[in-house]
Amino acid sequence: MSSEGSVEGAADPGGDGKTHSLNVCVAAGCLSSGSEKVKVALEDAVKSHGLEHECKVKGVGCLGLCSKGPLVSVEKENVVYQDVEPGDAAEIVESLGKEAVTRLKCDMESPFFTRQTKIVLENCGIIDPERIEDYLAADGYEALSKALTQLTPHDVVDQISKSGLRGRGGAGYPTGLKWSTIAKSVPDSTGRKFVICNADEGDPGAFMDRSVLESDPFRVLEGMAIAGYATGASQGYIYVRAEYPLAVKRLRTAIRQAEKSGYLGANILDTTFSFRIDIRLGAGAFVCGEETALIASIEGKRGTPRPRPPYPAEHGLWGAPTLINNVETYANVPAIIRHGGEWFASRGTEKSKGTKVFALAGRVRNTGLIEVPIGITLREVVFDIGGGVPDGKKFKAVQTGGPSGGCIPAEHLDMPVDYETLSRVGSMMGSGGMIVADETSCMVDVAKFFMEFCMSESCGKCIPCRVGTAQMYDLLCKITSGQASMQDLDLLIELCDMVKSTSLCGLGQSAPNPVLSTLRYFRSEYEEHILNKRCPAGVCKMSNEVVHNG
Amino acid sequence: MAKQVQVKTLKINGVDVGGRGDQTILQVAREHDIEMPTLCHIEGLSDVGACRLCLVEVKGINKLIPSCTTLVEEGMEVTTNSERLAKYRKMVLELLFAERNHICSVCVSNGHCDLQDLARLLGVTHVRYPYRYPRLSVDASHQRFVLDQNRCILCTRCVRVCDEIEGAHTWDVMGRGIEAKVITDLNQPWGSSETCTSCGKCVQVCPTGALSEKGKSVAEMSKRRQFLPYLTTMREERE
Repeated sequence: MSSEGSVEGAADPGGDGKTHSLNVCVAAGCLSSGSEKVKVALEDAVKSHGLEHECKVKGVGCLGLCSKGPLVSVEKENVVYQDVEPGDAAEIVESLGKEAVTRLKCDMESPFFTRQTKIVLENCGIIDPERIEDYLAADGYEALSKALTQLTPHDVVDQISKSGLRGRGGAGYPTGLKWSTIAKSVPDSTGRKFVICNADEGDPGAFMDRSVLESDPFRVLEGMAIAGYATGASQGYIYVRAEYPLAVKRLRTAIRQAEKSGYLGANILDTTFSFRIDIRLGAGAFVCGEETALIASIEGKRGTPRPRPPYPAEHGLWGAPTLINNVETYANVPAIIRHGGEWFASRGTEKSKGTKVFALAGRVRNTGLIEVPIGITLREVVFDIGGGVPDGKKFKAVQTGGPSGGCIPAEHLDMPVDYETLSRVGSMMGSGGMIVADETSCMVDVAKFFMEFCMSESCGKCIPCRVGTAQMYDLLCKITSGQASMQDLDLLIELCDMVKSTSLCGLGQSAPNPVLSTLRYFRSEYEEHILNKRCPAGVCKMSNEVVHNG
Repeated sequence: MAKQVQVKTLKINGVDVGGRGDQTILQVAREHDIEMPTLCHIEGLSDVGACRLCLVEVKGINKLIPSCTTLVEEGMEVTTNSERLAKYRKMVLELLFAERNHICSVCVSNGHCDLQDLARLLGVTHVRYPYRYPRLSVDASHQRFVLDQNRCILCTRCVRVCDEIEGAHTWDVMGRGIEAKVITDLNQPWGSSETCTSCGKCVQVCPTGALSEKGKSVAEMSKRRQFLPYLTTMREERE
């Protein structure tokens, strides 16, 4: 917080008179492949070349192509270097203003970069997530100030409704409708309403929320403050899992800076609107991503869900009306308010507007963080942006929606990615994990993996989820070890139906989905395990291997 | 002064019934002698909707609804006895029997057990799922009572009666999912609990032989529950 008024910064990145900026990704992915060392090496190289006054080295958030990290981008020049090592620093610094280092350059014309549309991630990889000045230079807090000075709370809700934004946590509930419900509900007896940001991202293979929080934390704070203004709440909580220490650290820094600059706290921007945000850390339970369990956890109770109704919108945190949205949902809000709801609604499909961030992982060439317009086909995501399956292997399925979702086979690759279509084919949008499987993956094994996850993450409150997932897991173990009979498969199918229909919360209700969707598209793999004691993909170890004919 | 509540009319299994707006479907159904199986519910304690036995179908709602936590609404059409529900209820009981080590023939509560009664009532003749046979402990450290984890079905009646009626909150649940279990204090032996008042309410509300009085042999432990509605009524009248 040292700079004074250095916020314009259009011509010179960072607004400090320097002509070049080398942006080193310091989000968790690149950090783990050694980007901190690269950053130090670049700083040293800048010094040793006497370029301190012309060039700055800046830590930024996720640049997207996580599999090729550490990544370094040259700001304003559309150059991204991949697999950078500290030894490359001198060469990169020398090339500034001249021809870029070809050896390290990413192909910026590749679909991975050209096919994306960035709204939520518009600042990722550009701003320093630990400096509010950078965020302000990127039109940060323009939306909040517009909301507070030019719009009534009702107008804000109206814009969100017009935008067609739907909850990005997975279920896709219309955000505008949710906001208007809370705006209309009567505060509790002490006049309170709450705004909660659900950052308890726990799906295996999903890291969208983490990346947003690590790369552009102010954006989420701004979205929450706007939500507070629109719904009449003056206190917000971010429930973030403790396993995201970097995200927590950057959030803390961001909250402190926003408070100091008057964008959070009492009388924001000298208006009558006051809004505070506090962080609450999750203690490692996946079920706390379920909204009623999350609320119980914030209240200091055991994190278990309760039956709804009453919904948090009327009876939430400490009994007060409570708005709960996901990180990505809030991250969309500033852009919507800045450009208007109609601008946002012009993207996406008829029923699903805007963009969606996906964490692309598994058997694809380019793994990382992507943002695409909703309605893009799965084929474009996997084969164009993802670069297809490596090593000449054949594509088998893409898993979306984490443990609540399902596996989508090749025959559905040309369908659009949106809430309705995904659930029609037996999966779900979910929070945005997308794991690609090739012919070396056994689909029964995949189902077993997710069932084990649900079993160990079940809170244990309701019987179908607590015991049902354990029984289903045991049955899947039996199948993958070649000891099951067709009756076991019938039992499994019956349990899937029962657990789905009778569980108390979303965790149990969706736990059978990975089994149901693999059974729907890959039933022959199950039968091969059971009847011929053989795993077609060669993944499962059969205990009594029998030689079969043909 | 009594709060003003509206009267709602609805249909349960095709029969027209009336109830107050602050009553649950379960309460109204039982008032009209429409029975539904329950395990975690007990008159006088808060409801948690955990056992899923009282799930019902409500016309116009996709999901099954726990009748113990859902208030009646005007015009509701509730079905409590469909084939589908009967099937799920049997499965819930089967899952419970397979979860821990329920051997009725050697149980102190044999013949006085809610789980056993329901199994008989709903016609559970076999358990089709493999028994999990977990290794669980027995805590006999308390002077007068015994906790046998092998027979616990995690209904949390003990937790609620201790918290809501006795006010001691000695009981709680630790662990997740299939590993969850009831504990006293911070998972210390019951006998060394500093909060337990030895009132024994937990033992009386326990639906199975998981909590019993010391000295009771096979089939001797029948529970006395008459006190609970009385205590609750006294409480409500005082408020």
